[in-house]
Amino acid sequence: MAEPVDAASGNQDGDLTSEESEGRLRRFLRIFGAVMRLVWASKIAVLGLVIVLFWVMMAIFAPWLTPYSPTAQDWEAPGEGPSWKHPLGTDELGRDLWSRLIFGARVVLVVLPITDNFWIPGGTALWGVLVSLIVGAALGLMGGYFGGWADEIIMRFLDAMMSIPVILLYLIIVASIGASAINVVIAIAIVGAPGIARLVRGLTLDIRTRDYVGAAVTRGESAWHIMLMEILPNARGPVIIDAMLRVGYAIFAMGTLGFLGLGLPPPSPDWGSMVAKGREFIMMGSPWAALWPSLAIASLVVGLNFLADGLREEMNRYQ
Amino acid sequence: MTSKPADAETQLLEVENLAISYETRHGDVAAVRGVNFRIGQGETYGLVGESGCGKSTIAFGLVDFLGRNGKVVDGSIRFLGQELVGRPKKELRDIRGNQISMVYQDPMQALNPTLRIGRQMGEVLISHQEISMDAALGRSVDMLQRVHMPDAGNVLRRYPHQLSGGQQQRVVIAMAMLNSPKLLIMDEPTTALDVTVEAAVLDLIGELKAEFNTGIIFITHNLGVVARVADYLMVMYAGEMVEKGPIEAIFKAPTHPYTQGLLGCIPRLGDHKSSCRLEAIPGRVPPPAERSQDACIFHPRCGFALDDCTLSRPEPVIVHQQHQVRCLRTAETSKMREVSCRDLPAVDTVAGPSLKGDPPETLLFVKDFKIYYEHRSNSLKDIFGKRRKRHIKAVDNVDIKLRQGSILGVVGESGCGKSSLVRGIIGLEAISGGEAEFLGVDIAKPLGRREMEFIKELQMVFQNPDSTLNPTYTVGYQIARPIRKFNTVHREKQKAEVYRLLHSVKLGKYYAKRYPRQISGGEKQRVGIARALASRPKVVICDEPVSALDVSVQAAVMNLLIDIQKEQGTTMIFIAHDLSVVRFLCDYVYVMYLGKIVESGPSDIIYAPPYHPYTEALLSAIPIPDPKAKRNHIRLEGDVPSALNPPAGCRFHNRCPRRTAMLPDGGLICTQQEPPGQDAGAGHRIFCHIAIERLASMESVLP
Repeated sequence: MAEPVDAASGNQDGDLTSEESEGRLRRFLRIFGAVMRLVWASKIAVLGLVIVLFWVMMAIFAPWLTPYSPTAQDWEAPGEGPSWKHPLGTDELGRDLWSRLIFGARVVLVVLPITDNFWIPGGTALWGVLVSLIVGAALGLMGGYFGGWADEIIMRFLDAMMSIPVILLYLIIVASIGASAINVVIAIAIVGAPGIARLVRGLTLDIRTRDYVGAAVTRGESAWHIMLMEILPNARGPVIIDAMLRVGYAIFAMGTLGFLGLGLPPPSPDWGSMVAKGREFIMMGSPWAALWPSLAIASLVVGLNFLADGLREEMNRYQ
Repeated sequence: MTSKPADAETQLLEVENLAISYETRHGDVAAVRGVNFRIGQGETYGLVGESGCGKSTIAFGLVDFLGRNGKVVDGSIRFLGQELVGRPKKELRDIRGNQISMVYQDPMQALNPTLRIGRQMGEVLISHQEISMDAALGRSVDMLQRVHMPDAGNVLRRYPHQLSGGQQQRVVIAMAMLNSPKLLIMDEPTTALDVTVEAAVLDLIGELKAEFNTGIIFITHNLGVVARVADYLMVMYAGEMVEKGPIEAIFKAPTHPYTQGLLGCIPRLGDHKSSCRLEAIPGRVPPPAERSQDACIFHPRCGFALDDCTLSRPEPVIVHQQHQVRCLRTAETSKMREVSCRDLPAVDTVAGPSLKGDPPETLLFVKDFKIYYEHRSNSLKDIFGKRRKRHIKAVDNVDIKLRQGSILGVVGESGCGKSSLVRGIIGLEAISGGEAEFLGVDIAKPLGRREMEFIKELQMVFQNPDSTLNPTYTVGYQIARPIRKFNTVHREKQKAEVYRLLHSVKLGKYYAKRYPRQISGGEKQRVGIARALASRPKVVICDEPVSALDVSVQAAVMNLLIDIQKEQGTTMIFIAHDLSVVRFLCDYVYVMYLGKIVESGPSDIIYAPPYHPYTEALLSAIPIPDPKAKRNHIRLEGDVPSALNPPAGCRFHNRCPRRTAMLPDGGLICTQQEPPGQDAGAGHRIFCHIAIERLASMESVLP
């Protein structure tokens, strides 16, 4: 939710005001410092941050952290447990599990593959949450600010969407538009938007009664200016916390879709499909292929929850 | 206070060298330091000071209610001879038992909204005594009658939200008195109430004091209120006692510069900006972490401070018997006995309209102005639209004229429609009927359809300093926004314009870089004013801009508004519920009651007879900072009726104290016909059935 703030300082055209004179970098450092102090004050948030950073680092530096390609098959060692050669073992085709695990984290957190050769930075889960944030915030702002019929229509429509079980909604969407990273982003966005819209609407209803919104109205500002520049920036705290939790849910959803065979198409390393495939070999004495990706999903989701909860608690105590 | 050791046994409460600290992330901060006082049986002790001076902390310390992070770090509290500090919670509860009660500022938060009044009052008795619920309810009814609650028996069956604010506070006081406590602590009990209700509650406190022989600690920031009820007074500043003594002594000879400052910054009724200027105390109360340990705590804001004030913490000096002052300069300060607002030279420097000569141009007028809110209820009839729509008539047929260069005041109690009126004028509320013309152009339409050039000319200053500025942006950015929006100056000169505006509200350039959370309430309000002035409007509407501020800051903001009117010739509409503020600041005054104007005219004329009976009651209710002021006692019965169903005829008739005595047939006409606007000369209009001559024969309610 940093866009509106940046836009605000962007259209000042170098003429005036603090954002300019303070300098972008210093401003960023100041805000970053404030956030870090908040995280630091809560042990649970620090733990969460450590877990999340671990996975982010693994994902970014994946190509340098393993000699194997995630798709390279070693026919001499299929379905092995941890060894010096393969630290986490191999799957039934002899692919290195460590390599598949950290390349799988890449898709979740660092790159969004659009075609086979083209990808953009930012993981699938992050993009999904970002899109749902944009859609949800726009709907919530409009509903909360305009009220009346606009609000009724938007909220009833979203209520209808929320009445469908989440997993069913994912299945319907992905099954109908096909399994690919970009479609998973779309599914996450559609499923996440109603919840964010509700949150933003609630905050908007509160913030629109503040005197500074009244001042903007008496200045003859447009509704868009008021929603994006006056209201949205002040709703950012709870929205950012909510978004963090939602990244966790999105990772969870990606795992579920992969498990059901609706995730990234094979042979790409997808945590969910790794669990699905590895599941077959648990009873045959080789639990490793299912264990590691399950642990990865669980630890990342728990880490994000710790971080978000710790931050929320610390922010509330601050007030 | 050491002069009378003989009656030590009869002391109700003795507090010695009390110090209270709060734990924070940055270590302990001292909120109260070295406070001493004694309260005898049946005495009322006033604690006065600005917010953040530790008044409430003392009260919470006495009842061991400091919260998780607060603790008494030093000193002793003896209640009826028993030491309270250092005892375990359980014993404290037994000692205090039902002997100390507390009344808080906001009655709505003191009462449980889900329980009936009877249940809540009964519980107070049952939890402390062996008594049946029936007997407890009987005692509750008795007590409600003693606090003059109308229809006491029925009140027991109601829920808190079914009572008005004044009635709720009566219930809270009755509850506190149920166990006949020896000590009653009242923490700003009237601050949240309207002035007429406040006067009635203060009368009640006076009565109870005499009747029950209860010792009272009365905490307030309002010197006028404390002058009416207290026997002794302690002025607190930044957690320290700065002056204490018998109330007459302090009001007769205020000696500490802070006490003098507090008295000097409230306008007396009768003061007007043309004759004098308020003395605001510069600066603000330092936050606890920045308070110096070894210097006079007030020296940064003190006009008398010399070098030695910064060298040691002054010890209390006895000025006269029980009157103590913590100041090194008492010799100099005691010469400054006359502390009302500073007289201006006789020349009328105010650019406001004079009553002689041509009347100035009318900038804005409204005629038959109406703002109705649709009343919605959840009954089935309403949902199917079967019932006739009901309206809350917030503003009903109001006429107002605003003249160039003047400050127009609108006064009335909460719910009288004064805020709706100005919000309608500026376009924040939909207008239900009537005409509104500004600079000769019709503005009786929503803001979205108004021309930009008229929006620019009409700007607003808001009430709540904490929400008037957007916390996301810096002060400079928020002032610059209207400049850019309306293109008042060329792009390159924007920065200079922001500095000019900051300067005109007496703030330094560096404020441009600050965020709202980094500045105080008074400074936020100044920035709000600067933002309103940024589009260079002809008219600025001020919606209670000073009522949420401390008195010292209030004076500074009022001085600022006067300077702006003088220097820039800005026309203003000023809303307030404080009549002395309006009297001081405004050139014309409109008094509103229940959506109607009841009286209007130039401010000096309105405050002298002939009065509308409502204005008379309002004036008589104002607390005056002088314990010896003897005044006419006019109190209104009942509460303001609902605007959903206002009384027929004159809306004030059911509460009017003058009607039956001054009109034939006991004022039957008031219940049938709307009162005519009578002209009392010099632009003074009174909407009343009582003839002007009879109204003019009334005594002045001002001292």
